[in-house]
Amino acid sequence: MAEGEKYRKERLDRGIKARSDTIYVLASSRDLLYLLMPRALPVALLILLPILLHGTYWEKVLFYSCIFGLLALSWDFMNSVGLVSLGQALFFGAGAYFAGALNHYLGWPIFLTIPAGTIGGALICTALLVPVVRLRGVYFSIVTLILPLLFAHLIETLEILGGTHGLLSLSAYPSGWIAIYLAVGALLLVLFGFRKILDEDFGMILRGIRDDDRVVMAAGVNIYWYKAQSIFLAAAVGSFAGALMTHYYQFVGRSVLALDYTILPLAAVVLGGPGSFAGAALGSFILVPLSEALRAMGGLRMALYGLILIGALAALPEGIFHYLQRRYHQFERMVKV
Amino acid sequence: MEIIIYGITNSISLALMAIGFSLTFGISGLPNFAHGAFYLLGGILTWIFLNQLGIPYLVAALLSILAIGAFGFFLYWGLMLRLRGLAINEVIATLAVAIVIIEVLRWMGFSGFSYVLPPFIRGSVNIGGVWVDNQRIVMVGIGAALIVVLYLFTRRTKTGLSFRAIAQNERTAIAVGIDPDWTAALSLAMGSGLAVVAGLAILPLGAIDTEMGYDILLYALAVGIIGGLESLPGALLGSFILGFSQILVATFLRAQWQTVVTLAAIVIILAIKPSGLLGKYKELEERV
Repeated sequence: MAEGEKYRKERLDRGIKARSDTIYVLASSRDLLYLLMPRALPVALLILLPILLHGTYWEKVLFYSCIFGLLALSWDFMNSVGLVSLGQALFFGAGAYFAGALNHYLGWPIFLTIPAGTIGGALICTALLVPVVRLRGVYFSIVTLILPLLFAHLIETLEILGGTHGLLSLSAYPSGWIAIYLAVGALLLVLFGFRKILDEDFGMILRGIRDDDRVVMAAGVNIYWYKAQSIFLAAAVGSFAGALMTHYYQFVGRSVLALDYTILPLAAVVLGGPGSFAGAALGSFILVPLSEALRAMGGLRMALYGLILIGALAALPEGIFHYLQRRYHQFERMVKV
Repeated sequence: MEIIIYGITNSISLALMAIGFSLTFGISGLPNFAHGAFYLLGGILTWIFLNQLGIPYLVAALLSILAIGAFGFFLYWGLMLRLRGLAINEVIATLAVAIVIIEVLRWMGFSGFSYVLPPFIRGSVNIGGVWVDNQRIVMVGIGAALIVVLYLFTRRTKTGLSFRAIAQNERTAIAVGIDPDWTAALSLAMGSGLAVVAGLAILPLGAIDTEMGYDILLYALAVGIIGGLESLPGALLGSFILGFSQILVATFLRAQWQTVVTLAAIVIILAIKPSGLLGKYKELEERV
């Protein structure tokens, strides 16, 4: 090279990573901490936060973060089967309306409406999406983008389920602690549950479908059955979030089908890093408090999510979580070419 | 008679909305979800040129077409090029661009009856007992002219032929020396410009409303999906089916059903005949 020496960046695993990866018997408490800390610390923090924030405004923000975190996890799960949804609002709205209607019209108590909303909402969404599960890429996304809009318009036009006014005065939680620990508990359960599922044989098929669905088909696997199952799981998580939120607000209206519940989870996953679930949760715990802090911006918040999406896609496509993970496990140095 | 005339004008306006989207998607496979936002932005830009800067209408219209076209061009080089090939990221990125544009315009308050573009020719004519305002006739004229020009452009000019070459077989096109990025950027620029043309032809019929940014995208998607996204005849067929069914529904039921019909049409067509009514097998393979 004419202009002198050139350097390139080299990434190496930290010694402790190599050791704790390969040697099954953990040699020291340091190794143990190295493996446990990234998992135990956020979990402990999440369990403690409701107590620390009790009685403040930020308790509510924590609840919203968990709700959007659940939606983001549900998006990430569908994404790991190669189904890209632009309509998390459909799952959210189905659960919210299902639980709300049972409570409003039939007077079911909360501990029945939330499970019923979760299962019922998930069944409805699965039934709606199964006919289009053959579609690839963009076309599937278009259907998911349109379905929540279609239902919002139907509810308005037919004046069913409360029409434009929504269903009012639903039952509240007996105590704020129940709501917040339900949300936190569900988030942790879904986060580690989804990670576990993708590590199982079942998850291997799902990842195979994402990478090359034709190869999986050629192996004699009915990919549509697997896709339907994963839609059901993702929809159940989204519907649960919807049902939880309905009783928190004690209200359900067309706003639960709005674009907000699609864009924010999407922005959270893209910012946090898709594919790991932890990134999705991390993203929503960054975005939701941020948007609460910027509440004064009002209508511009949606534009802000859009900007964050563009910025994250262009500048850090791997996402914050993968970046942090890399820095944790590896170090970088410059080496002479 | 009323149904026929309003059906035709409605169909042509749908075709105008969809043509830019179909062009970009058909050539470079780039789903430009910011199409509706460009339509809206073009209209508002023209309004600003016209009312705040006092530029003559025709010049203002041309300026905003060129400005949005250039924006589409640089959007490709600045952002889309980094995401090329990842269809989903392209959708997310263009949708994000659309949201930023529409929400900022909404925040600035560009909505309502003070934001009206004047019609090109005032007055109305009587056709077979129905009064039709001249703007609707001008719009049909623009739509028809645009379809003819696009047909000739893609078949008679070198750029148009290279567009079709990329659309048919990208590798062979590259092998004969067509630059795919340049073509894709041009197609995005043209699609964005066409969105503004549609906006300028249609917007004088009513007031500017920021909500349209999302609606236009849905209409463009609906037309494209019903007809088959890459073919010009397909887009025309799609817009006529949708246009007439919207008018029929609005006449015999209520106006709110129009949107329901449009959205339901997309879902139903994708569920039962994913390649669209005039789509070809190549498309079927991409979609299913």
